[in-house]
Amino acid sequence: MKKISIVCRCEDITEDDVIKAIDEGYTDMEELRKKLRIGMGPCQGRVCIQLVAKILEKKTGKKVSSIPLPTSRPPEIPVSLGTLASDEK
Amino acid sequence: MKKKADVVIIGGGINGCSLAYNLAKKKVDVVVVEKNYLSSGATGACGAGIRQQWSTIENAKLSIESVKIFEKLSKELDQDIEFRQGGYLIAVHDEKELIQAEKNVAMQRSLGLKVDILDVGKINSIIPILDVKGMNVIGATFCPTDGHANPFKTNFAYAYAARINGAEIYTHTKVKRIKTNENKIKSVETDKGSIKTDCVVNAAGIDSKDIASMVNVNLPIIAYRKEIMATECLEPLFEAMVVSFKDGIYFSQQREGQIIGGIPIPEEISGYKTIPTFTFMQHMAKTIVRYAPILKHVNMLRHWTGFYDVTPDARPILGEVKKLKGFIQCNGFSGHGFMISPMVTKILSEYIVDGKTPSILENLNLDRFKGKNIVHERSVVG
Repeated sequence: MKKISIVCRCEDITEDDVIKAIDEGYTDMEELRKKLRIGMGPCQGRVCIQLVAKILEKKTGKKVSSIPLPTSRPPEIPVSLGTLASDEK
Repeated sequence: MKKKADVVIIGGGINGCSLAYNLAKKKVDVVVVEKNYLSSGATGACGAGIRQQWSTIENAKLSIESVKIFEKLSKELDQDIEFRQGGYLIAVHDEKELIQAEKNVAMQRSLGLKVDILDVGKINSIIPILDVKGMNVIGATFCPTDGHANPFKTNFAYAYAARINGAEIYTHTKVKRIKTNENKIKSVETDKGSIKTDCVVNAAGIDSKDIASMVNVNLPIIAYRKEIMATECLEPLFEAMVVSFKDGIYFSQQREGQIIGGIPIPEEISGYKTIPTFTFMQHMAKTIVRYAPILKHVNMLRHWTGFYDVTPDARPILGEVKKLKGFIQCNGFSGHGFMISPMVTKILSEYIVDGKTPSILENLNLDRFKGKNIVHERSVVG
């Protein structure tokens, strides 16, 4: 059986998916995110972004510290629309 | 970097990349210069909708022709752009909106569009989760061939196809200056080098105004910040986009299952501030739950800010600037640049290569703002 490494658990993205996308020319973290939906699931990138940055470093030579992280978006953790719509404090 | 090109396009969003594709296909030597990454502006923040229901004939024509191109685009570009036609349902809240809706529908039908005015009782047959009492509507208009596509994937697919046809695309490259000589374009100078050309296309979204000011052309564009949110992914719940001009809300479910939607916040002002607000989160949640109460159980995952490049009549500025030869505008889309991009860039490519000037290009030229009779697009949402 082929060994598969899952990078993004929310969207089922594997290491091979990321490598393939980088090979196709998506070498920007934001482009990878928009191409593969990494960081767009319920965890909002907590699991995958660092791993993708590592793969990017390995493939392109860009240092992890020099790769800009995708902007983090509120509400940061999933919050139900019912809660947000409620005026209760 | 190339030293020379027939055409230099400034902006790697949907319009810049689709124009590059259309030109490259016609064997034009074309270069795209993008200061950030592809789709880093309005395209990357957009709501993904494709609508043909407009109040002005130019927008209706551009979008109807664009849908015909979208229908075949995945095949043409050899990439899946996730195009699907679930329709647009536009709420009609009162008699005044009904009169405007009847006018719009008559004009749209005269162009061959299939679009209907629905009684309030018919709304749930199209979208069962809507609460027509909560929405406070007397009816709706519905066009079944309106729909969605994935804006990033469409942007990337156009860029991919443009490159295959010979276009060069430089990201993270900023335009510093545009040189002119006797009212003609001479070259574009970037932070990575200079490109000689006699044709520049300004497709820089909200930065188009700054680009034009480099050559002393004033564009009447104001940047409006808009917020938009995405929920977690769900099983398919509904296919159509829901729009209300009165409440300003729009929302729909994407192919991956998330619901995406936006609404203006009451104290909205123009400007470049990009920080999302708590006011939006609350206002959006309250309104969407009023429209579709079942959604109160659904989690919002994130919300973000994008910009509309708004013109005085909410219609795009297209074509060559009359006082500067070779300076072509492709901006001012006022929040609907994605959905009309296939036809807009087809027309512009035919102008650049073959000199074709259809009346639509005349009607949307920058010069229209000199006149007193400005025709406003009324069907703007978000």
